[in-house]
Amino acid sequence: MELTRRQWLLSALALAGCPAAPALPAGLRGGIVGPSDLRGHQVRRRHSLPAPSLRWRTEVAILGGGISGLSAAWALRRAGLEDLLVLELEDAPGGTSGWAPGPVSPRPWGAHYLPVPSQHQRAVCTLLSELGVLQGFDAAGRAICAEEALCRAPQERIFYKGRWYEGLYLRAGASAEDLRQLDRFHAEVGRWVRARGTGGQRVFTLPSALGDRQAASELDRMTFADWLRGLGLTSSRLRFYADYACRDDFGLPASATSAWAGVHYFAARLLHPDDRPPEVLTWPEGNGWLVQQLAHPLGDRLRTGCVVLQVHPLVEAREGAEVVFLHGEQTGRLRARHVIFALPAFLRRHLLPPAHAAPAWLEAFQYSPWLVANLTLRNLPVPPGTRSPVPGFPLCWDNVLVDSPSLGYVVATHQREPPPPPDGVPRSAWTWYLPLGEGHPAEQRARLLQTPWQSWVRLLLQDLGRAEPDLAARLERVDLYRWGHAMVRPVPGLFTSGVLERAAAPLGPIHFAHTDLAGMALFEEAQHAGVRAAEAVMAARGHPFEALSS
Amino acid sequence: MQVPLLFLTVFVIATCGLAYELVAGTVASYLLGDSVTQFSTAIGLYLFALGVGAYLSRFLERNLVARFVDIELAVALLGGCSAAILMLAFAHSSWFRPVLYGTILGTGTLVGLEVPLLLRILRERMEFKELVARVLTVDYIGSLAASLLFPLLLLPRLGLVRTALAFGLANALVALWSTWLLGEQLRRPGPLRARCAMVLMVLLAGLIMADRLTALAEEGLYGDEVVWARSSPYQRIVLTRNRSGFQLFLNGSLQFSSADEYRYHEALVHPGVLAAWRALGRPPARALVLGGGDGLAVRELLRYDSLREVTLVDLDPAVTQLASSHPLLREQNGGALSSPRVRVINDDAMHWLDEAVRRSSSSFELVVADFPDPSSFAVGKLYTTRFYRLVRRVLVPGGVLVVQSTSPLFARQSFWCIVQTLRAAGLAVRPYHALVPSFGEWGFALAQRADDAPPPPPARPALPPGLRYLDERSLEALFVFPPDMAEVPVQPNRLNNQVLVSYYEREWKRWN
Repeated sequence: MELTRRQWLLSALALAGCPAAPALPAGLRGGIVGPSDLRGHQVRRRHSLPAPSLRWRTEVAILGGGISGLSAAWALRRAGLEDLLVLELEDAPGGTSGWAPGPVSPRPWGAHYLPVPSQHQRAVCTLLSELGVLQGFDAAGRAICAEEALCRAPQERIFYKGRWYEGLYLRAGASAEDLRQLDRFHAEVGRWVRARGTGGQRVFTLPSALGDRQAASELDRMTFADWLRGLGLTSSRLRFYADYACRDDFGLPASATSAWAGVHYFAARLLHPDDRPPEVLTWPEGNGWLVQQLAHPLGDRLRTGCVVLQVHPLVEAREGAEVVFLHGEQTGRLRARHVIFALPAFLRRHLLPPAHAAPAWLEAFQYSPWLVANLTLRNLPVPPGTRSPVPGFPLCWDNVLVDSPSLGYVVATHQREPPPPPDGVPRSAWTWYLPLGEGHPAEQRARLLQTPWQSWVRLLLQDLGRAEPDLAARLERVDLYRWGHAMVRPVPGLFTSGVLERAAAPLGPIHFAHTDLAGMALFEEAQHAGVRAAEAVMAARGHPFEALSS
Repeated sequence: MQVPLLFLTVFVIATCGLAYELVAGTVASYLLGDSVTQFSTAIGLYLFALGVGAYLSRFLERNLVARFVDIELAVALLGGCSAAILMLAFAHSSWFRPVLYGTILGTGTLVGLEVPLLLRILRERMEFKELVARVLTVDYIGSLAASLLFPLLLLPRLGLVRTALAFGLANALVALWSTWLLGEQLRRPGPLRARCAMVLMVLLAGLIMADRLTALAEEGLYGDEVVWARSSPYQRIVLTRNRSGFQLFLNGSLQFSSADEYRYHEALVHPGVLAAWRALGRPPARALVLGGGDGLAVRELLRYDSLREVTLVDLDPAVTQLASSHPLLREQNGGALSSPRVRVINDDAMHWLDEAVRRSSSSFELVVADFPDPSSFAVGKLYTTRFYRLVRRVLVPGGVLVVQSTSPLFARQSFWCIVQTLRAAGLAVRPYHALVPSFGEWGFALAQRADDAPPPPPARPALPPGLRYLDERSLEALFVFPPDMAEVPVQPNRLNNQVLVSYYEREWKRWN
């Protein structure tokens, strides 16, 4: 299946650049809406700036309004430390958990779900409890969550050879050998669920820093695809399932993902070997809902449209650090006793003083680009003679296609019904995800930025059109978001070479907090990094707090 | 002299002539209801038009045989296509009545020309006394044949559109045949025969195409005449008609049959009203109907003068428009949706309730959930704990929710799953059932907000007058469940599992 997918991808790319490609539906609207590449790239011309005209001061400066930065602010405020400022590059917070307010329905621009946590994930449970989502725990320690926040049924379906099937593992037509291999795979994962580290803790857990990475170091020496092959797991169905998981969570194919990360994906959230994967919490705008809940109480302490240009500790280290930033046409200086650097690690190269900007280990942090498309579709009148409107399994929240370069699409209008349409035409909102994880990241990033909107839309129509024959007739609008550095790449070696620990070490008054410190882009990891940095700041100040990160 | 063949011609044209009258009368009563009025106006107009035709025949002087053939062809076309024209006019224009009466007058006038012309053509071949006696005898026998063939054989077998086309074909064949039979009085039969062939082809094509016409293709699905059909973005809406009355289908599943819907809707509405009355100590004043866009549940609610505000929330504007404007439905629901006490809102019930709860803008003493059966996830969400918790929050203490709950006999787990779901949402439930022949044994659940309801003043709730199914004693009997419908252990239906949809699918598969 992998081979077919590659071939298909190549032909699709050829098509995207080919002038004879099919015409786009008439009247189709949309464009490239984000992110603000130009604003972001201003970090590179920091030497030719006007003299600072803004001077701000705060106790704790948080750089980056993504999940880690917002979580740091949340942890500080929970402990009563209110004197803080969050600087965010974009006009809205959220980072890769960002969202769009419409049209039709709020929809995600990135991360769109959070698995139901278990009791030991204290920070996640505390947050969800404060938000009224978590209502208690079952006997096994799994959170019981509000029905409206749990992903509605039916959750997932998969398209294969002209038909939709329920679930993400393609059971239809699976041979006895396929199913035997699936069992074997679950047994191997179960082994790692049971595995305990040197301190008696789980080897794989969330946040991963609380597990024992070194106890599974053999996994970090191979790719997930190699690991499967080594176990004799060659079933094409299983390989698709595992590959899809890697592309979905990490933006990388299984053939590039560290087996450590692959096993983590399947094992870390299970409470015991026979446990089923937890249900997921989701909202029409995906994790953008969580972003709003975290950002709203900050009020004007969240400063958007701020391009951070430099961060350096002051000579008198007790004085803290200084942040130089650009806000519109103005240059600003922000003095803070503590700085939480909640930005991707690669930005250290541009922002930190030369002595700390380019340690050799920083090269280990590579990032996959992603393209995310938000689609607005009108619902057509149901055809005559209709009894059951959909052949095969009906529309789900998550809709995945076998042999596709994309991850399929997620339906924002699945989780909450939109208000009645003023023009009488009901519409749906879908989000299509295309990770560009294969090949070299820089080349893929160049492709991401050079390919015009029309070509992406053609690729989208070709990809989804196989499974949705009336797509072109229904499509009204396609908006694109180009994530140049969407996710850190969890490649072999990243987890057990000590890089992650080094990257997490503070630099005087500067503390680091980002999901890439875990080597994986996950809400739980981003939140953990933010909370841990906030707790380090509070510990340094002697400020009392309830520890949530340990 | 080919006398017997001549009289066969008269027989055929007489049969056809009456058949068009019957087609027009049937279409009119199917589509407009009130069959006595429709049939008597159709017959009256038709007979009058026959007279007009007879009068006009005096203006035809020459080439009588050729004119006769032309008139036959015109009858064949107009009469043959009449059912199709009327159906299309009803579905696609607001000019149905003018088209109906125009068709009747046109066909009648043309048919009225036939016999006088024939008499004049034949008068030289036979003694006049003999001629009149024989022609009129055969004419009336033909009418008898039509009036028997039409309801007993043709309508059930072919449906209206094809029946009319078949008679049209017979008329056209008569025309063609006449060019030989009366050929000695024709100078140039060639062009006439060509015209006959063209009309025959048009009608034959119609007969073949009829299968491909949407409404007719659906007849195979519904088994009865489709009298109205439309697609909205939410569903396929089809009205069918048969001898027992008319039926509404949404996406192919029966919503009601006019013959016995009173049983269903009386059972759906009145036990809930009485329970709320008892709990409040006074008759309820504010009711909410979720789904039920046909207006039939609202009709039952409006029997209580105490209900000053009835809010109807139905997803599909096409259904509520049909219910408030279509003559058949208006007659059935008594114009309920046009009552000043009724407010119609087109919205998804879940969305509307969510907003109502968020704004705490509404509270009701009675809520009636009358949704289609939970055969899909899209409808199944309206039977979840989440949905019932939202309903609970718009109910006053002591307020009542009634849910149509599919059949406790055919879908026993599904029925008890709905009961279990209501309980899981914190409501006290009393299930009951009623026999509705079109559906079979049908189930309902009466759920009440039993918490912190103040003890009510004593009240003596009473059923309103005019009910056909429920009285005090039959009402009590609804709550008794025989062993084959007794409770079975099931999971409650939640938004994140929708077990009800799988129960339902499994159970109904056994019966279909």
